[in-house]
Amino acid sequence: MADKMALAKAINESLRRALDSDPKVLIMGEDVGKLGGVFRVTDGLQKDFGESRVIDTPLAESGIVGTAIGLALRGYRPVVEIQFDGFVFPAYDQIVTQLAKMHARSLGKVKLPVVVRIPYGGGIGAVEHHSESPEALFAHVAGLKIVSPSNASDAYWMMQQAIQSDDPVIFFEPKRRYWDKGEVNTEAIPGPLHRAQVVREGADLTLAAYGPMVKLCQEVADAAAEEGRNLEVLDLRSVSPIDFDSIQASVEKTRRLVVVHEAPVFFGSGAEIAARITERCFYHLEAPVLRVGGYHAPYPPARLEEEYLPNLDRVLDAVDRSLAY
Amino acid sequence: MTVESTAARTPRRSAGSKAGTTGTKRTTRTKKDAGTEPQLVQLLTPEGKRVKNAEYDKYVAGVTPEELRGLYRDMVLTRRFDAEATSLQRQGELGLWASLLGQEAAQIGSGRALRDDDYVFPTYREHGVAWCRGVDPTNLLGMFRGVNNGGWDPNGNNFQLYTIVIGSQTLHATGYAMGIAKDGADSAVIAYFGDGASSQGDVAESFTFSAVYNAPVVFFCQNNQWAISEPTEKQSRVPIYQRAQGFGFPGVRVDGNDVLGCLAVTRWALERARSGEGPTLVEAFTYRMGAHTTSDDPTRYRGDEERQAWEAKDPILRLRRYLEASNHADEGFFAELEAESEALGKRVREAVRAMPDPDHFAIFENVYADGHALVDEERAQFAAYQASFADEGGN
Repeated sequence: MADKMALAKAINESLRRALDSDPKVLIMGEDVGKLGGVFRVTDGLQKDFGESRVIDTPLAESGIVGTAIGLALRGYRPVVEIQFDGFVFPAYDQIVTQLAKMHARSLGKVKLPVVVRIPYGGGIGAVEHHSESPEALFAHVAGLKIVSPSNASDAYWMMQQAIQSDDPVIFFEPKRRYWDKGEVNTEAIPGPLHRAQVVREGADLTLAAYGPMVKLCQEVADAAAEEGRNLEVLDLRSVSPIDFDSIQASVEKTRRLVVVHEAPVFFGSGAEIAARITERCFYHLEAPVLRVGGYHAPYPPARLEEEYLPNLDRVLDAVDRSLAY
Repeated sequence: MTVESTAARTPRRSAGSKAGTTGTKRTTRTKKDAGTEPQLVQLLTPEGKRVKNAEYDKYVAGVTPEELRGLYRDMVLTRRFDAEATSLQRQGELGLWASLLGQEAAQIGSGRALRDDDYVFPTYREHGVAWCRGVDPTNLLGMFRGVNNGGWDPNGNNFQLYTIVIGSQTLHATGYAMGIAKDGADSAVIAYFGDGASSQGDVAESFTFSAVYNAPVVFFCQNNQWAISEPTEKQSRVPIYQRAQGFGFPGVRVDGNDVLGCLAVTRWALERARSGEGPTLVEAFTYRMGAHTTSDDPTRYRGDEERQAWEAKDPILRLRRYLEASNHADEGFFAELEAESEALGKRVREAVRAMPDPDHFAIFENVYADGHALVDEERAQFAAYQASFADEGGN
């Protein structure tokens, strides 16, 4: 059954399906109940599944994640919402110190199937702390899995898989793409959660991105095609683990790689990709791996975010620099 | 017992301790709180005298002499195990030990109030509670020896792993209790923490969540007067149990060196949890007789007089006095226990010395439940690196 729906709606439908099929699945977060979340991702779920399963929580992020850990210990599968990217840090200790490590500490006796949903990234003209991309801060922590869909279909299926995972998953939702519509086949058989996908085949250079930047990279590839350049676009989908095999396969073909993310370039996921692909593809690379991302500055006021975020011209500029080597 | 009863207790204890002046002088406070203040629930005095208590007597009315001897045995064996662990640290067999010396009554009294289906969320000092849950004492020592970060199955005895970042576990306890409520079960949860952890935001958030969702959880704070070098005055301007009132549930202070008092108050709090009355805060007023851990030196921050004053209130001594005075235990019982205690020490000593170092590849085990490509890759790299030594005839 393929329907066209917005990315936010796809997550909503996926959560609905999970609530419907597994009585242990819970939704928790600030305003997720009656309001349906500030982005309406959980719209209608409390009405249909009740206050015991779709839980409006106190405004305390550490409390949300900490109690979700307790519920998971009791056998539940909580899907918690952090309202905005910049609000996750009060819960950082619970995520890093407790959620990530419990399985290892218990020598595998305890599993914590908790999904932490975080709408992330900029481009919506928001006030501060509403536009950040903190994925690298979580990717550094063993025990967590980190994914970010770029389109409605992936949002639907990756959420299904994240909820079924026995590991904690940080699910970064590209908030500026919430309203982008795409085909969702709810009867499809999805590929592995952490596998990258080639979304556009090309031969001259690989653009690797995830979440909100995949669409931008496709636009860059379109623009480059007008100049006769044939770019490959790889949707990484997962930031931990990263599907280095797929990046390597692509780079061995194109010999050039540009990684694009909204997060600051410094110590960002692009740095890790550059280092590892340099190791894996040293003799294939015609140019150093280049990165396009945010600057080493606090996320700027909204009227400056267009200058801060990667855009068509900045990515094309990196493409030109790579091809000029 | 209702929320109002907390309020009813407040005037009694506030006499002479106006907000803002409470405990500004530690020495004065310690003297004042010498286990005789009216707000302190106490069923057994330091001299071993059973005192009547209209509210809490009923919770220990059925305790038989055999059960009293059992509580005594639990405390003696826990102390013996604890002393053995301290010695093992001094001998280099453990990297660190956090002694519970002085807190046996708080832990055994509360631990013995629990049912098997209840769930315990400890800090890293709850060796007595672990004992009550049936966790083998030698299992507690793996993390202190450095062979693992928690050597028992939490679901085996409903006793979670030790929590070192203090206060975090109170939220896990609250979430677990929310789950019990969703399941419609009548089990309860007990969360242990200390006076230091009471300052953590997570503890405040756990009070908020448990109150809002009416979760069946008992918050059991062992106020042992010291958070490493900081006295309780550095954590709170009001007695810790009074904090519950602001969150809308009752708090009570019990003599933490009185095993009967701790048993009674915890039973009361658990009964509230089971009957849908929500959370309760118990502050067990006790004393950390030893150092914070074997790495600590308390002579840098506290005097000997204080310790001596608390020695007179020893939890084991007072129950022994009571057992002897009431003829509930004879010489044979104490002699047998002494022998059992030495045997436990020997067993623990031998078990620790025989504890093997973990396999090198344990680094990569259980990082994830469903596996992770990077962990697999690094494990393979590590294996190749290790194998490179073998090729050269090394280890």
